[in-house]
Amino acid sequence: MRGNNVIGLIFTNLHGELISELTDKRTMGSVPFGGKYRLIDFPLSNMVNSGINKVGVITKNNYQSLMDHLGTGKAWDLSRKRDGLFILPPFNNSEEEYRNRISILNSIKKFLINSKEEYVLISDCDTVCNIDYQNVLEKHISNDADITVVYKRGQLPEHQDEPTVFSLDSTGRVKDVLINPIIEGPCSFYLNKILMKRELLISLVSECVSKNKNNFKRDIIQGQFDKLKIYGYEFEGFCAVMDSMSSYFNANMQLMDLNIRNDLFNSARPIYTKVRDDMPTRYGLGSNVKNTLIGNGCVIEGEVENCVLFKGVHIGKGAKVSNCVIMQDTVIGAGSNLSYVIADKDVIIKDNRSLMGFLTYPVYINKASKV
Amino acid sequence: MYPKQEVVAMLLAGGQGSRLGVLTQKIAKPAVPYGGKYRIIDFPLSNCVNSGIEAVGVLTQYQPLVLNEYIGNGQPWDLDGMNVGVQVLSPYEKKGGADWYSGTANAIYQNINYIDRYNPEYVVILSGDHIYKMDYSKMVAYHKEHNADCTIAVIDVPLAEASRFGILNTNPDGSIYEFDEKPAHPKSTNASMGIYVFSWDKLRKYLIEDEANPDSSNDFGKDILPKMLADGQRMFAYEFSGYWKDVGTIESLWESNMDLLDPNVTLDLADENWKIYSRNPVVAPHYVSPTGVVQNSLISDGCIIEGNVDFSVLFSNVTVAPGAVVNDSILMPGVVVEEGAVIQYAIVSENAVIKKNAVVGARPEDIENKEDWGVAVVGDNRTIGEGAVVAPKEMVYEDKEGVN
Repeated sequence: MRGNNVIGLIFTNLHGELISELTDKRTMGSVPFGGKYRLIDFPLSNMVNSGINKVGVITKNNYQSLMDHLGTGKAWDLSRKRDGLFILPPFNNSEEEYRNRISILNSIKKFLINSKEEYVLISDCDTVCNIDYQNVLEKHISNDADITVVYKRGQLPEHQDEPTVFSLDSTGRVKDVLINPIIEGPCSFYLNKILMKRELLISLVSECVSKNKNNFKRDIIQGQFDKLKIYGYEFEGFCAVMDSMSSYFNANMQLMDLNIRNDLFNSARPIYTKVRDDMPTRYGLGSNVKNTLIGNGCVIEGEVENCVLFKGVHIGKGAKVSNCVIMQDTVIGAGSNLSYVIADKDVIIKDNRSLMGFLTYPVYINKASKV
Repeated sequence: MYPKQEVVAMLLAGGQGSRLGVLTQKIAKPAVPYGGKYRIIDFPLSNCVNSGIEAVGVLTQYQPLVLNEYIGNGQPWDLDGMNVGVQVLSPYEKKGGADWYSGTANAIYQNINYIDRYNPEYVVILSGDHIYKMDYSKMVAYHKEHNADCTIAVIDVPLAEASRFGILNTNPDGSIYEFDEKPAHPKSTNASMGIYVFSWDKLRKYLIEDEANPDSSNDFGKDILPKMLADGQRMFAYEFSGYWKDVGTIESLWESNMDLLDPNVTLDLADENWKIYSRNPVVAPHYVSPTGVVQNSLISDGCIIEGNVDFSVLFSNVTVAPGAVVNDSILMPGVVVEEGAVIQYAIVSENAVIKKNAVVGARPEDIENKEDWGVAVVGDNRTIGEGAVVAPKEMVYEDKEGVN
């Protein structure tokens, strides 16, 4: 069945500064991940798989790669006559108005007002998970909640900006909201995914704007939990938060785990992405590959261990590549030796080069650079 | 109003492909998977798009469900234009009765209306059983240059094999003076590739005449072309050089897949300037585990390799368990190979399950009587039970019980 009375909103421009190397020339949403995906594929596919047919994608700058990736939304089945994909760059507003979440929501107010759906689900692009928002909606309705925030139990991500922790009562209602707390041990931290009625969002945003309040977390979530019924929804599946280069690197490496792959790439709720018609990956004579995730279109003639290779990567003869994330169309020359490297798209590593990083500090190589 | 097209392509995709046995039991030959992610029809369709041909009629008849679904609205090949694109043409009921397509020429005859609405100068006739990359626009240019009525693409084949093909004998200027179907003593090595360019007004006339002839079998090769030659129409051979393979038999299908693993073969599917488009499954990248060993192979998205794979082509979502061995074989989408199973020189069709320690196929060097050797084939969705054996050359239509 199509349509579930929810519109999706995805913020592609937030959190980019946490992995600034990767977002220098792209939005958070278009950061490559997992051998063939971009980060936006996860929230977008989750929404589509949950029955959401209308998704607004909010961008601010550097959005060329994002537009190129999304196209008409066809790959996510969002190229529709009714509803579908809406790209919401800043328009008829000054730069000033697109500077924080509240002012952005205010400037797309028309999109919200003109929509007919009863609910709005907002997600950022800083987490990678496979979540069924239909369950969030059902919980929201059965709780008779005003706002439902999605959280995860676990160690608070270290570097998130304004990490938000909830304390909840036995019914799941939020009793306290801590922003930037110092916490040892597991806690219930916010995943930047929130559901509420469209009308409520519009009125909360208008109220904040009229009072010149501009912090979504402090002024809406923290500021309202005693007045509104805010409930938490615990997400129990695999979820990786991208809050630093090392967490980005680790999240890629976690994909070697079969259980995590089965959870994240659940075939009942697939993760869609733009396709490129690459041929299958070719393994040459003398190739030796262990514990590695590989997209289509690669040519492998060397040794690869514990890596994520995106589509179209070439590994030359005698090259040794271990513990690396190698993005789209990067070429590793014959006899080169790489360890703990994140190579961006279209990088050329010439023959017999040697590059070493460390687990906690992978070496990053800029898009299209030559080594 | 349909926009005029200089060239319309008609793709004959209705054949059963009976020589492929179990592989074409439920699907038409052009829908047979090839090369780790493609189906055979991706090649002519991609060639059309890359040659600038925007109107493509696909004539289907035998088991069209999978093929029709696969073609869909043509979007993967960029053939979903507003008034042009791919159009599936099935036999239909007319005033006065319904007919199946009784022959290749009859199939085109029944769709004269489809071609007429684009008012083309030329019609390209293609078939859906060859693997090759070809720029049809060059062939059309050649046709124009020679002011031809019909141009037939030919490829140079080894003299020893020439008697398996339809051979065209030509004058020095390229004009055809004789058709020699599977000649015992071939005069030349120009084999017809089954690709024709016709001037539409000429072909239209011959189709109508041919249909009126009750003795005709309504076939291009048997009726239309010989008639045109006898009438002295201008018929030319267009020489094509490059990779071209008929994949109409189990052996040739197997060989053609294996050709992709040979660095000396000229078929380059990674060529940015001549992409072969296909419908892509939505699955994660493939994964090779610490126990997996892969060499000389093509592996597609969604595969999980924990065993040994050598000289093989694996389509999407194939899983190979630890200790399993896959050599010189083609595993189509969704095949499951359990622990200890050994697959050699085989084609395993979609979603088949090869249980623990089962053995499918054998190496020719391990067989005493070479006459008994051939590629083993397992049909789609079949299960080969634990420890069961599929002999070389065997074709598995039914599930095989385990031996334990």
